[in-house]
Amino acid sequence: MLNIKNIDLTINPDVVRTILTGFIRTELTRVGYTRAVIGLSGGLDSAISCFLTAEALGPENVLAVRMPYKTSSFDSLDHAQQVIDYLGVQSMTFEITDMVEPLFTRFPEANQVRRGNAMARARMIVLYDQSEAFHSLVVGTSNKTEILLGYSTLYGDSACAINPLGDLYKTQLRQLAQALGIPEAILSKPPSADLWVGQTDEGELGFTYAEVDRLLYLLVDQRYSIEDCIEAGFAPAFVSGVAKKIQRFHFKRLMPPIAKLSNRTIGYDFLYLRDWGT
Amino acid sequence: MQLTLALAQINTRLGDVPANLEKHLHLASEARASGADLLVFPELSLTGYVLQDLATAVAHRPRPDDPIFRPLLEASREIDLVVGFVDEDPRNRFFIASAYLSGGQVVHVHHKLYMATYGLFDEGRFFAWGDSVQAFDTRFGRLGILICEDFWHASPPYLLWLDGAEMLLFTSASPGRGISREPVLDSARWVEHINQAYASMFTCFVAHANRVGYEDGLNFWGGSTLFDPSGELLVQGKYHEEGLVLAEVDLNQLHRVRARLPLLRDERTSLVQRELGRILSVRLPNDRGVV
Repeated sequence: MLNIKNIDLTINPDVVRTILTGFIRTELTRVGYTRAVIGLSGGLDSAISCFLTAEALGPENVLAVRMPYKTSSFDSLDHAQQVIDYLGVQSMTFEITDMVEPLFTRFPEANQVRRGNAMARARMIVLYDQSEAFHSLVVGTSNKTEILLGYSTLYGDSACAINPLGDLYKTQLRQLAQALGIPEAILSKPPSADLWVGQTDEGELGFTYAEVDRLLYLLVDQRYSIEDCIEAGFAPAFVSGVAKKIQRFHFKRLMPPIAKLSNRTIGYDFLYLRDWGT
Repeated sequence: MQLTLALAQINTRLGDVPANLEKHLHLASEARASGADLLVFPELSLTGYVLQDLATAVAHRPRPDDPIFRPLLEASREIDLVVGFVDEDPRNRFFIASAYLSGGQVVHVHHKLYMATYGLFDEGRFFAWGDSVQAFDTRFGRLGILICEDFWHASPPYLLWLDGAEMLLFTSASPGRGISREPVLDSARWVEHINQAYASMFTCFVAHANRVGYEDGLNFWGGSTLFDPSGELLVQGKYHEEGLVLAEVDLNQLHRVRARLPLLRDERTSLVQRELGRILSVRLPNDRGVV
């Protein structure tokens, strides 16, 4: 039985890199695209997506979009620029402040969650607009940890055409980032959605990625029960809290359910892959 | 006797049979030009793998009057072919199938016996279960075909061995999965282990043609192999890259290996039959023969 100390999330970055660059290239070109657009936050995940996509399609075929809000940290902008300069991808900066301020003015009582969600969705609007303008598809940046914990904005940062990173835990992405040669400043800073000043993922979630990734690996990949995870050395409240999050936010991982009426209903008995015919 | 075997480690277009046919015919010419005698395509090579509701729409019957099989049968006058397709039987059941074509004739059709229906697999929802496993005679001796999940059960390779197959032709559309610190995916290691084990235990040739490419988020890892009757790896295709994998097969090696290691001679088939009869009589088998 695995325990908290001998869980090994080490990946072979070369294998992962081969599969993911092939995935990006294939899934775009088979539907007639050669170009991609990526929202570059200055953080680790979008930097990795950008590196992989540039490798898959060529940097000239990638548009990296920086979308700061007026309170976004300068470091975030600077780190995104370092990725752009290093890869030589096309780039654009669009400040979303003017998009979201009218909403915040109308609802001054809006809390940080509402404001953060609005910003994430404003960025989605910009990316999907550029997707059409740049004749490209949006490549996603959500990782397995945040998808399982529901730590994302529905129709916001989770919106994309394809997601190369969604089956890698945050700690595994860190290994991939090192192998890809992502700038040290991005690798070493604490993960943050940068939705408000001083926000960090781990501060907001209440645990570290190193801890939660190992627990998720047991719960999801290894199919351990809650009791097994506790026996493996995880604190009972931590295990039950994480298990609850996985269940509670499952809706974010699915298309909205369609009420079945006919004999053949989309999602239930009308089943085709997206890659149908390609 | 020498045989040049070719494994077509291809990508396919999902549900586009004419496009896949064109690729088959092109590769048949290329393999022939490279000196190959037999070209083996992966599982569902004419259709793509995750067919779901496409399963019934892409079905064909391996007959000379079928528009897809007519040109394949024509090509088989130059080079023997194993092709993967969906077979619609006379009573309109749909099978995952592989056909052996040679000299313009359909020599053998194998229906996949085991429908993988767990984890990421959902074959049993869309396909019928095959119900026979037989070796067949070719100009290169007696061969046997199995499709992916078939060879995750020990009995089909064992039965083909007893039925005289000297080379087992395995075909797959194996989704890549299982990342670790190792340079090879878990799924690739698992398949390579059992291929090598069958070659060693049955002192026969074991060829495996696996596809490459992607279907939605699934990747197919390629890495097609040929193991010899000593269990040695003779050739392996690259992981994740399309290619024609060529191998020289020296069928006289069967003589030499079995002189050293007479496992076939010593196999106690009557004991197997007797014990199997006893086991099945005292323990009620379910429909699929599991005790």
